[in-house]
Amino acid sequence: MPALVTPPSVPPKTVYYFGTCLIDLFYPAAGLAGMELLKRQGLRVVFPQSQSCCGQPAYNSGHRDEAREVARAQLDAFPEDWPIVVPSGSCAGMMRVHYPDLFAGDRDHARAVAFAGRVYELSWFLVHVVGLDEKLVDRGEKVQVTWHGSCHSMREMGVVDEPKRLLRGLANVTLVENPREKECCGFGGTFAVRQPEISAAMVADKIAAIGETGAARVVSGDCGCLMNIGGALDKAGKPIRAQHLAEFLLERCHEE
Amino acid sequence: MSNARAAILARLRAAPKGTVPDLPYWMPPVFADRLDRFRIMLEAVHGEVHVIAADQWRQHLRLILSSKNVGRVMAPPDLAVDWPDIVAYDRPVEELKDQLVDGIDAAITNACGAIAETGTVVLRPDADQPRLMSLLPPIHMVLLKLSDIADNMAGLMAAQDWAGTMPTNLLLISGPSKTADIEQTLAYGVHGPKELIVLVLQ
Amino acid sequence: MKSDFSSRAHDALNNPQLRRNFRRAMDGLMSKRAVQFADQDDWAALRARGAAIKARALARLPDLLEEFERKATANGIVVHWAETTADANSIVLDILTAHGAKRVIKGKSMVSEEMHLNAHLEAHGITAVESDLGEYIIQLAGEAPSHIVMPCIHKNKGEIAQLFTDNIAGQPYTEDVDALTAAARKVLRREFANADAGLSGANFLVAETGSLVLIENEGNGRLSTTLPPLHIAVTGIEKLVEKLDDVAPLLALLPRSATGQPITTYVNMITSPRKEGEKDGPRQVHLVLLDNGRSRVYADLQLRDTLRCIRCGACMNHCPVYARVGGHTYGSVYPGPIGKILTPQLAGLDCAGDLPHASTLCNACVEVCPVQIPIADILVRLRTEAAQPSHAPGVKGAGSNTSMVENAVWKGWQAMNSSPAAYAAATRSLAVIGNLIPAAAPLLKQWTSVRSKPKFAGRTLHQLARDKGYENE
Repeated sequence: MPALVTPPSVPPKTVYYFGTCLIDLFYPAAGLAGMELLKRQGLRVVFPQSQSCCGQPAYNSGHRDEAREVARAQLDAFPEDWPIVVPSGSCAGMMRVHYPDLFAGDRDHARAVAFAGRVYELSWFLVHVVGLDEKLVDRGEKVQVTWHGSCHSMREMGVVDEPKRLLRGLANVTLVENPREKECCGFGGTFAVRQPEISAAMVADKIAAIGETGAARVVSGDCGCLMNIGGALDKAGKPIRAQHLAEFLLERCHEE
Repeated sequence: MSNARAAILARLRAAPKGTVPDLPYWMPPVFADRLDRFRIMLEAVHGEVHVIAADQWRQHLRLILSSKNVGRVMAPPDLAVDWPDIVAYDRPVEELKDQLVDGIDAAITNACGAIAETGTVVLRPDADQPRLMSLLPPIHMVLLKLSDIADNMAGLMAAQDWAGTMPTNLLLISGPSKTADIEQTLAYGVHGPKELIVLVLQ
Repeated sequence: MKSDFSSRAHDALNNPQLRRNFRRAMDGLMSKRAVQFADQDDWAALRARGAAIKARALARLPDLLEEFERKATANGIVVHWAETTADANSIVLDILTAHGAKRVIKGKSMVSEEMHLNAHLEAHGITAVESDLGEYIIQLAGEAPSHIVMPCIHKNKGEIAQLFTDNIAGQPYTEDVDALTAAARKVLRREFANADAGLSGANFLVAETGSLVLIENEGNGRLSTTLPPLHIAVTGIEKLVEKLDDVAPLLALLPRSATGQPITTYVNMITSPRKEGEKDGPRQVHLVLLDNGRSRVYADLQLRDTLRCIRCGACMNHCPVYARVGGHTYGSVYPGPIGKILTPQLAGLDCAGDLPHASTLCNACVEVCPVQIPIADILVRLRTEAAQPSHAPGVKGAGSNTSMVENAVWKGWQAMNSSPAAYAAATRSLAVIGNLIPAAAPLLKQWTSVRSKPKFAGRTLHQLARDKGYENE
């Protein structure tokens, strides 16, 4: 069920940023872009160096104990009562939706519940807390983009409309919706390795639908999806670029 | 196999007790014009609806039967249907089977109620209007009083106290028989009637 | 003994006809359902009600089963209990034999598939003819159903036309759907008229009134349960609902979720055999209640939610995996998302361990389930029971997927990710050398057959954050 997410009761001055391990290794520029967007809106952004992984890969593979110990390390890394902003619906979902249950019966259960209640997916936070969709100034050339709604973002964090509000806030960007927008891209973490043929069929359909929009870029809020979709577009020789929403927004609005 | 019964119930009773949740609020829809909704829904699935003055139904029935080149009709005697070739379902099915399966072109029954929301007529088959009348002949005609059309199923169930008065067989019929098994293409009159014609009497 | 899901998936994915059939069919069913539930508030209220009705009935299941049995028996229905499918098959065979029945006409029943009832009857000289058009077609083809609501969804007109020509005397080849339907009607009418007994399932059992509720569009269900002198129904113990008025919201959910219909053509409520003075209906009605592992699933409070299922098929209609490989790939009676959680629990994780992993956990099924079964959570729970068993009583085959290699991998992963120093060391090294891992390396090569190799960035986000002066705490 999508989490019922409400903005912090008091507008925050400081936020934590949880980068995610995929972004750490493969898309650090996207991670940094999210932090810059928040900083430029006047927020103090804190990036605890002791953070690592949300634990989802182990959790989804049925290795609950290992997932819990890694999750515990994240509880330790983000001790203050500040919102935790996450540039991934999948990792945000793991922490907000699953941490309470993961720590059921554990000494850290209360901490996990409190932590989970402070987790926000980046685009949701940018719209509902920062109001960024109404403040964007687009400095880029005209471009057509399409959106890929990642599964956990939509279905665990309830993020459906927010990224599009941000994209529509850019004056020179035309958002073309593709009919397979809400269909899973086939990444599914270890699914891509366990059921590679089905995963390949899913991403093939996804990039075909993206190709039909005529968009120059496909934007998503989740780097697992981007690695999958971007990798497939690249291998198929399609000129469409896959990019994280935060990186795209920063590129459009700010001179480097 | 009372051992099976005892074993199954014992296992179920040994399980942890789950919470018994309250039923959350839910209201089925109501309609400003029930007849209109009823008609729209039934016509959408190839049902036919004719609205007639209550004292004129026999004439209309004759016209409809003639227009469809109907030969033999099955109807309960107390309806006093005006038609030259008419039979009653007055013997057990074992004695009438061949006629029922192949020899009746149309059957006429009463409905004891209807549901506007889904375009449904409700039948309570009994000794005079047995179950197969509304199933075997290719044309099924239903007499329904306008005032018997309810908004929704939940409402009708409660108003008529179905739970307290369940017959052998209670039937909800919402159109002619159909299937979409072949390439999701709709086809009518698979095993049940190919035509369902409702005369709404006002 | 794994379920061979991957090799069957391979065959399905390389069958363009099958893929086209399923894609088109699933897209159609999804849009029809969306039209029915366009009002999101209505959908939310209705499914909350449906979920609560089933949860209540499950919470009170043993009492309700006894109440149902009392009421049904008082009405003249004979109630039988079967722990296993073998027991259920024996019970059905005994009833048929006692009646001298040789030819049986069947309405659609997934539980009868679970029992492999037709084969059992054939082995004892009793012919069972399927009367649901879709089931009839696959019976002619000698196949199993590939979807729980639309059994021959994998077949196209040409294949069906050929089956009819090959199997029905005097039937010319035609792809006209009306003509094919008329041909089936004619053949099956003879069967209905001459059958010694009718077999059916039941969609709901109502404890309050001791009634069976059966829904259908064709009329074959009514015919099978009215024309022959004997009616035997088989269903699972979890089909109970408390009250008759629980049926109204469930009927507002099931047909709309399944095929996008507001209601099925027929809703058939059976409460007794033919009474004195009545002219038709079976003289005897029997109901077989099948357990087959359901009481074991019941023993676990989280897994018990699996038993809420009302068999609408919406989950599989929306599943991106099912849409690509079709029902036969699952190798079990119940395919799709519900199959991935039910089959491993009934058959055991040791027999069907592949199934809970055949999912990206995209949650599309969770979004559309009319009784709010938390399918994704149950998939993860089953994966966990296979790898790291909790020793909860309900899970057959728990621990069947514990592998020393996997355990070591995840322990290593845990060590790396719970120590900031280890994490920093590992990620910084990967950032520099990761790109040297060849595309053909194991695990990586499945990825790179379809996608370019992921590129490790030269510096991690941890390093860039420090470079840019972001505070650490």
